[in-house]
Amino acid sequence: MITRTAAELAAALAAGETTSVAATQAHLDRIAEVDGAVHAFLHVDAEGALAQAAESDARRAAGATRSALDGVPIAVKDVLATEGLPTTCGSKILEGWIPPYDATVVRRLKAAGLPILGKTNMDEFAMGSSTEHSAYGPTRNPWDLDRIPGGSGGGSAAAVAAFEAPLAIGTDTGGSIRQPGAVTGTVGVKPTYGGVSRYGLVALANSLDQAGPVTRTVLDSALLHEVIGGHDPLDSTSIDQPLPALVEAAKRGAAGDLSGLRVGVITEMSRQEGGLSGWQAGVLARFQESVDLLVKAGAEVVEVSCPSFVHALATYYLILPAEASSNLAKFDAMRYGLRVWPEADASAEEVMRATRDAGFGDEVKRRIILGTYALSSGYYDAYYGQAQKVRTLISRDFDAAFERADVLVSPTAPTTAFKLGAKLDDPMAMYLNDLATIPANLAGVPGISVPSGLADEDGLPTGFQILAPALADDRCYRVGAALEAALLEQWGGPLVPPEEKLS
Amino acid sequence: MTDTLVAFDDVLATYDPALGLEVHVELNTNSKMFCGCPTEFGAEPNTQVCPTCLGLPGAMPVVNGKAVESAIRIGLALNCDIAEWCRFARKNYFYPDMPKNFQTSQYDEPICFDGYMDVDVDGETFRVEIERAHMEEDTGKSLHVGGATGRIHGADHSLVDYNRAGIPLIEIVTKPIRGAGAKAPDVARAYVAQLRDLIVALGVSDARMDQGSIRADVNLSLSPKGSGTLGTRTETKNVNSLRSVERAVRYEMSRHAAVLDAGEKILQETRHWHEDTGVTTSGREKSDAEDYRYFPEPDLVPVAPSREWVEELRGTLPENPTARRARLQAEWGFSDLEMRDTVGAGALDVIEQTIAAGTTPQAARKWWLGELARRANEQGVLVDALPVTPADVARVQALVDEGSLNDKLARQVFDGLFAGEGTPDEIVAARGLAIVSDDGALSTAVDNAIAANPDVADKIRDGKVAAAGALIGAVMKEMRGQADAGRVRELILEKLS
Repeated sequence: MITRTAAELAAALAAGETTSVAATQAHLDRIAEVDGAVHAFLHVDAEGALAQAAESDARRAAGATRSALDGVPIAVKDVLATEGLPTTCGSKILEGWIPPYDATVVRRLKAAGLPILGKTNMDEFAMGSSTEHSAYGPTRNPWDLDRIPGGSGGGSAAAVAAFEAPLAIGTDTGGSIRQPGAVTGTVGVKPTYGGVSRYGLVALANSLDQAGPVTRTVLDSALLHEVIGGHDPLDSTSIDQPLPALVEAAKRGAAGDLSGLRVGVITEMSRQEGGLSGWQAGVLARFQESVDLLVKAGAEVVEVSCPSFVHALATYYLILPAEASSNLAKFDAMRYGLRVWPEADASAEEVMRATRDAGFGDEVKRRIILGTYALSSGYYDAYYGQAQKVRTLISRDFDAAFERADVLVSPTAPTTAFKLGAKLDDPMAMYLNDLATIPANLAGVPGISVPSGLADEDGLPTGFQILAPALADDRCYRVGAALEAALLEQWGGPLVPPEEKLS
Repeated sequence: MTDTLVAFDDVLATYDPALGLEVHVELNTNSKMFCGCPTEFGAEPNTQVCPTCLGLPGAMPVVNGKAVESAIRIGLALNCDIAEWCRFARKNYFYPDMPKNFQTSQYDEPICFDGYMDVDVDGETFRVEIERAHMEEDTGKSLHVGGATGRIHGADHSLVDYNRAGIPLIEIVTKPIRGAGAKAPDVARAYVAQLRDLIVALGVSDARMDQGSIRADVNLSLSPKGSGTLGTRTETKNVNSLRSVERAVRYEMSRHAAVLDAGEKILQETRHWHEDTGVTTSGREKSDAEDYRYFPEPDLVPVAPSREWVEELRGTLPENPTARRARLQAEWGFSDLEMRDTVGAGALDVIEQTIAAGTTPQAARKWWLGELARRANEQGVLVDALPVTPADVARVQALVDEGSLNDKLARQVFDGLFAGEGTPDEIVAARGLAIVSDDGALSTAVDNAIAANPDVADKIRDGKVAAAGALIGAVMKEMRGQADAGRVRELILEKLS
């Protein structure tokens, strides 16, 4: 049961071969079996999930299913507000907070009938690339429990990779869906900015955040994307246009014909020299093989240069902390979450200070300080203002590149999963793991990461990133599904983590 | 500590004042600036809140279109340019009644800018230049419990009501107002008064200074006379009546002069106005170190009002209140004093409507500024909130004019209107209030009065006609005030001639 894809589970439910309760129970059993080792979940809602599953089965019996995925269980990153379920964002400062409302994404999952298994682990407030910054302990990579599952959405990716859930929701501010997808051998999609509502997504950096699907196949991501996407009047930045036909694009891509498609290989992100550096040899080797498979499927490959991308990381680390420093100001112990009294008759300001000191981790404090500085009077123009200008240049690089290519491709992450603790004391080294994913967030364009094999040197998963112009998410699905089909044929089946390591 | 003050006239001998006014107008939209919560004043604390205005994690703002419309109409009425494209910005600072610890406001891209208002002070016109009018949200309201004065100092604990958090505000900021000299306090007052009238005429706010729906911050600085420079300013917060605006300016001018005369420097700071004692006291120091770290609000898209819409809104502007007042004063023949009282009582509209319903201007004024103003005052409301309509007043006056009521009976009709007993005619019928001019009934009452007061009757027979008043009073008493006094007098004189 648990190794089935969401599409397969949905088909089995539709055919009456299984029930949502059985499918949900199987995943809850799997969580009980392996999550002690993996620690993908911060909170498991067995009772709620089974109740929603029973309702789904009743709907199906009455011929009133709500969507193609009705009854297929899902895990949700702990950064999305869930009514009645704890929502901590991986932070001590929100310990015990139970939101009184659902994020729009969660509301849409419920409306489509997907039972919610629980909330997944993440770097505190989504700040990190390894899930080691969670205040509740790290998540481990199902491929090697001594290694990181990526971040910030390591919990969602690991849950899907370890068959604890067929589907999960992630959020991607600089790669937090795609990079964990790459290092756990799963599929992750960052939709076009504004394509999925951010209402109820606890903001890290509002102008960069996007929620999206975390799955094991491209088709499953498309199915989930169609459930959660589309205009939401509660999010002013949400796009008021119908979604492109994503499932159809994935199915068309899986047929394998990419004739006429122009694939742009980004110079700065595909070789050791001449741009961004630090690429692992095995990552580049798998990348090149995937490009060759696209050519075999009929695509034309062009090399495109995006010179501003080398400044993307610096730009990102000014804009993100600036927005985050302001977003996180609301955590002041006045209305919800942790409250620390430094002494019995402390003033409100003293309680705020003591709570924030105890409730925020070091990485969060680091970024609050960076952002506060970048927005300060006298420094704003030099830092935040300048970063916005570079951001515009990066968007222009994308515009020019998409004149010459229908999609752009690169490795998703420069390396495979590193060891837990390896980069914890070196923030810059940690940040560099997102250098290939960040440009898409700065420009608001969609991207997908598809498993591209295992690196020769360590046998760990690598990811292939496909980027498309804003609103053309369907291209990511078409090309992603074509590559996935070609690779599955080559491998003779999906790559799965070695089971013996999980128990 | 009592401030040293310089006599007002002496201030002007040495210094030129410069004023600046920041007026916050709470809009009367049905919902808040960035969420759908209701905005009704006086509801139970924390009952008009939602994830967005409570600043719960994940919640997002959506701009209230009606508030944008009101902002543009205010800007147009103040002769401002309307931005083709503008953004909201975050103003970051920590305070317990701020749900997000930033206020969503506008910074360097206000929706309205570069306007003016011509203010009349004793027949002289001052042009007050408007720097900007921008949109923002209100904060919650802190209630400090246990302290002597309701202030945070000495309080035992504080409660916060977030009903007010997110109420739409328009902040209207003037450029420095210079050259007003001795009239600075009057200019400040007249500006706020005229602005309030404009807001009322636009119908965009309840415009109640006593309820805080219009709040004024008064900036003041002095510079050496004739120097043409601007001195260091103080900002006196939340001056919440017209009289206080005038007094606060006067007080700060005298206080600044004393500080400067002593060779000291004015501290750039926020000051609190004390209505009861008529003084300002130091609040927090507003140094250059205070840094709000403004940046564009990333959860909102820019506001870009189309030129067509702006022109459409320009077409909805009411007549300028100052021009309208001059027109009505001329039409009605009111004196300056009568007109000022009318405006002060908020009776301009009801008097206009009463006159439109057929009453003479003086009769309309008599009722609304006399009997009805007295009752409104007792109830603590403005006359237009009374359960009496201009049509009612017009009908009562018509009954007086045709002799069916006298003023005393008319007041009883108003009693009936306040008690909800129906229309004036229904009340007259139900209460039996019509004047009796029927000779049969009056004749008997006159006879009774003559019989009961033989000495008075004798005086009248002797030609002392003035004594008739005593007999008229007796008749009125017997007839419970409902006798036609003129006819009674005629009957008395007939019978005693």
